[in-house]
Amino acid sequence: MTTQLETARHPETLRRVCIEPLTRVEGHGKVTLLLDEDNHVKQARLHIVEFRGFEKFIQGRPYWELPVVVQRLCGICPVSHHLAAAKACDRLIGVARLTPTAEKVRRLMHLGQTLQSHALHFFHLSSPDLLFGVDDAVAHRNIVGVIQDHPEIARQGILLRKYGQEVIRITSGKRVHGTGALPGGVNKNVSTEERDLLLADIDRIVAWAEQAVQLIKRMILTSPESHYRFASVDANTLSLVAADGAFEIYDGGLRARDPQGGAIFDHADAQGYAELLREEIKPWSYMKFPFIAALGPEHGWYRVGPLARVNNCDRFTTPLAEQERQDFAAAGEGRPLQAALTTHWARLIELLHCTEAIRELLADPDLQGTDLRLEGDLGSLGIGVVEAPRGTLFHHYEVDPDGLVTRANLIVSTTNNNQAMNEAIRRVAADDLDGHELSEPLLNRIEVAIRAYDPCLSCATHALGKMPLELELLDAEGRRVAAIRRHADGLIDR
Amino acid sequence: MSKTFRLDGREIPFEAGQTIMDAVLAAGGYIPHLCHNPEFAPHGSCRVCLVAIGGRQVSACTAPASEGLEVESDSEAIQATRRAILQMLFVEGNHVCPACEKSGACQLQAVAYYTGMLAPHFTHFFPHRSVDASHPDFIIDFNRCILCELCVRASRDQDGKRVFAISGRGLDSHLAIDSPSGRLGDSSFAAGDKAAHVCPTGAILPKHRGYETPIGARLYDREPISVVGDVRAHEEEVA
Ligand code: SF4
Ligand code: FES
Repeated sequence: MTTQLETARHPETLRRVCIEPLTRVEGHGKVTLLLDEDNHVKQARLHIVEFRGFEKFIQGRPYWELPVVVQRLCGICPVSHHLAAAKACDRLIGVARLTPTAEKVRRLMHLGQTLQSHALHFFHLSSPDLLFGVDDAVAHRNIVGVIQDHPEIARQGILLRKYGQEVIRITSGKRVHGTGALPGGVNKNVSTEERDLLLADIDRIVAWAEQAVQLIKRMILTSPESHYRFASVDANTLSLVAADGAFEIYDGGLRARDPQGGAIFDHADAQGYAELLREEIKPWSYMKFPFIAALGPEHGWYRVGPLARVNNCDRFTTPLAEQERQDFAAAGEGRPLQAALTTHWARLIELLHCTEAIRELLADPDLQGTDLRLEGDLGSLGIGVVEAPRGTLFHHYEVDPDGLVTRANLIVSTTNNNQAMNEAIRRVAADDLDGHELSEPLLNRIEVAIRAYDPCLSCATHALGKMPLELELLDAEGRRVAAIRRHADGLIDR
Repeated sequence: MSKTFRLDGREIPFEAGQTIMDAVLAAGGYIPHLCHNPEFAPHGSCRVCLVAIGGRQVSACTAPASEGLEVESDSEAIQATRRAILQMLFVEGNHVCPACEKSGACQLQAVAYYTGMLAPHFTHFFPHRSVDASHPDFIIDFNRCILCELCVRASRDQDGKRVFAISGRGLDSHLAIDSPSGRLGDSSFAAGDKAAHVCPTGAILPKHRGYETPIGARLYDREPISVVGDVRAHEEEVA
């Protein structure tokens, strides 16, 4: 039903519905629905204006600047870029294993980042959809509405995020765009005062994270049918896993599975990513479409991010998250869950794991160690891969003998999810829009599906800003026959 | 009883032959400066040390101190002129403070903060400039050079080498390196040279390193330049 959509026989005669730009997504996106004369959805495309200029910009720059420079790619998950670049730089100077202190400080930073990003996404961007339903009035379905109706949830969300930011500040010097990781290590440890500051709140933070998981589990399990169906697409999944198959976001090997959970590859060395994955270019999008090389471009597209990771891992190392993972896995009845809104469930299980893992790490005296950095000899190639909050993130750099960057290739999480997001939009369009007149709630459902992937469009496109929503309906000749515009203040005109 | 002049109303003693800058720094005061370094002959080129004496604006690093002068430095009018000068410096090069190794310990950045210059204001030139990483121990990032000539003076006057010179005129002025290829790696420059340790910006930096001091512990994170003075003086102490 969804697969035939891209194979319209005369796509040039289809009508277009544009949803532009997406609200509550970090950046600017545009959705085009190509309709035929009978108002049937034949194609769905998420347009993202990806600015590949960054790879050019860093050419000729010294490699040791990379961890600090490239985090400017993204205002929401800069730490992921910071760490992916630092890991690539470790490889560049031939340091494959950091000192225990350096690795643990970096891991702590990454956990803080994932915690704050997941808290932001769930409580600010997605909880309105889940708490109020996707058909709630737009003026109410936002964080202000959450604060009014569920003040305690909103408060906890804000404080969870703040805690994650505190972890980042302590490990990198600043809440946003700090330094912290250097090629071969880190520039600071965590002092006992800093540790105690974080320890003071951690039990409460873990408890809130657990409540958040219970909340979403209740929401999903009270109407499982609609949640499992909505924007569900069978996808391959890709993520890092630990050597023993456990959940892992900082290091580890690459695991890819098919929609039934069968292995495609496992524990693959991330340094060899270019052998495993390829990138396809499509004429209508600036953003590349990566795919698993062995499966080819048509069948090799995959999903990354919380849903992929929680489906992919064999277990969590922390007890509460592992308990929740088992419930999550049971809900799939032997198959990986594939529905867009179950991503929120997976995201909060990860959030819970982050809080537990932070608590464990804070008890580790290695954080106070003073052996911060290893030196090595400069080579020519460095690849760093981490699980960013939104999914697997690849940084690949080549440098000349003087240490200046000659080539860079970044595959950001949102790019990895490119095709999966398109498939989700198609599914919603086919299920909910096909044959209907356009209405704002229906079009909003498409946004909800996309938001579940938490596309960091500012990250994938390097464009910033939230803008009002515009829908327009164009006829087969490209003439505008109808339009709805939703302004930032919620006012609608047609 | 030594002779004195007044800086913003404060008595500053001086000795014959001292400039206003010399006397103020010796008295523990501060007038912002970039091309001035007490170890070298005054240069008077960057103009951020501008002060007013009886309504006339002069550069404090070159103006001789004299008895009874009323020197105005910390006034809004003078600071506004300095901000404009700094804003021009910032748009003339490519100064990306958030990504720069020198951030937090950069004299240019610290002087900008001192004068209250928080945004560049003028249109960026975005000049195309390169990084010279040919030397094994040091790099030169020409994007960050403000043509203060401190490296030129240090190499010539202390190292006896003349590795650096300013070449070209007006907008074409640029730092040139004396070597057959024009590259630092082919010059006689060495890590121990005085010229390697005088740059007030992040233009001349040791290689393979950066960001080693955590944010919050960098020199100007803690106190403004008017209190702690030039970063170079601190680095000498550490060395
Ligand atoms: S490289 Fe540094 S010291 Fe030399 S002229 Fe440029 S700014 Fe001044
Ligand atoms: S410090 Fe006086 S002109 Fe530069």
